[in-house]
Amino acid sequence: MVPLNWYILLSAVVFTIGVFGFLSRRNIIIMFMSIELMLNAVNISLISFSHYLQDMRGQILAFFVIAVAASEAAIGLAIVIALFRNKATAHVDEIHEMHG
Amino acid sequence: MISQLFFAYFAFAIVLLSVLVITRKNPVHSVLWMLLLFFHIASLYLFLNAEFMAAIQIIVYAGGILVLFLFVVLLMNIREELRINKFIGAWPTGFTFAVGLLVVITMSVRSFVAGPQGKYTIDLIKKESNIKVLGKLLYTDFLFPFEVASLILLVAIVGAIVLAKKRVKS
Repeated sequence: MVPLNWYILLSAVVFTIGVFGFLSRRNIIIMFMSIELMLNAVNISLISFSHYLQDMRGQILAFFVIAVAASEAAIGLAIVIALFRNKATAHVDEIHEMHG
Repeated sequence: MISQLFFAYFAFAIVLLSVLVITRKNPVHSVLWMLLLFFHIASLYLFLNAEFMAAIQIIVYAGGILVLFLFVVLLMNIREELRINKFIGAWPTGFTFAVGLLVVITMSVRSFVAGPQGKYTIDLIKKESNIKVLGKLLYTDFLFPFEVASLILLVAIVGAIVLAKKRVKS
């Protein structure tokens, strides 16, 4: 039997890799993929909790996380397409219209 | 023993593939490694007795979201992508932040105490099947969140069309 802590640690490592990718990649599409990576890490921990605590609510929450991830990908990629139309770049360091 | 070996393989493969996803220069390669990563995560779900979530993972992520990513990746200039540096200048800051986060999570996991066990034991789920149990809960106790999720998807459809369509000159 695999202990629950191993799953949580795996989820933490994948989440951290996602955070690193989001903070340091130049390409905006890879940044979106890092967000998907983080959501997947959360799903791993939710489903392992659901299995080890013998409660289905973890799987239901993971179900909603997948629904939100799908809509987030659709909206995010639509924003990227609108960005391409106006700016023709996918690099976050060249996008500084808002002087942030 | 065999289950621990199984888990070790999947954990190693998932970590390796996620590192590959965020470090490839060519975004198409990243998307393809991510496809393999999603299949591994789906098999981890099978390992946790969540068959429906494994199927949804493959259908929604591999079949829907990754195809969307691939479409958008094909819009951009891969040759320029291969030429320039893949990380931004301040990447050590991001690395430090990520390592700090990992240390904090690892420290907090050590004092983790599992809550009381629920009533959905493995025998019950085996008797009723995973999909039946999940569907019953989803359409009774969680009906309102389910409807909210459908509203979110509707907003996403409308929003994506509005954002991505060409502006009509008036």
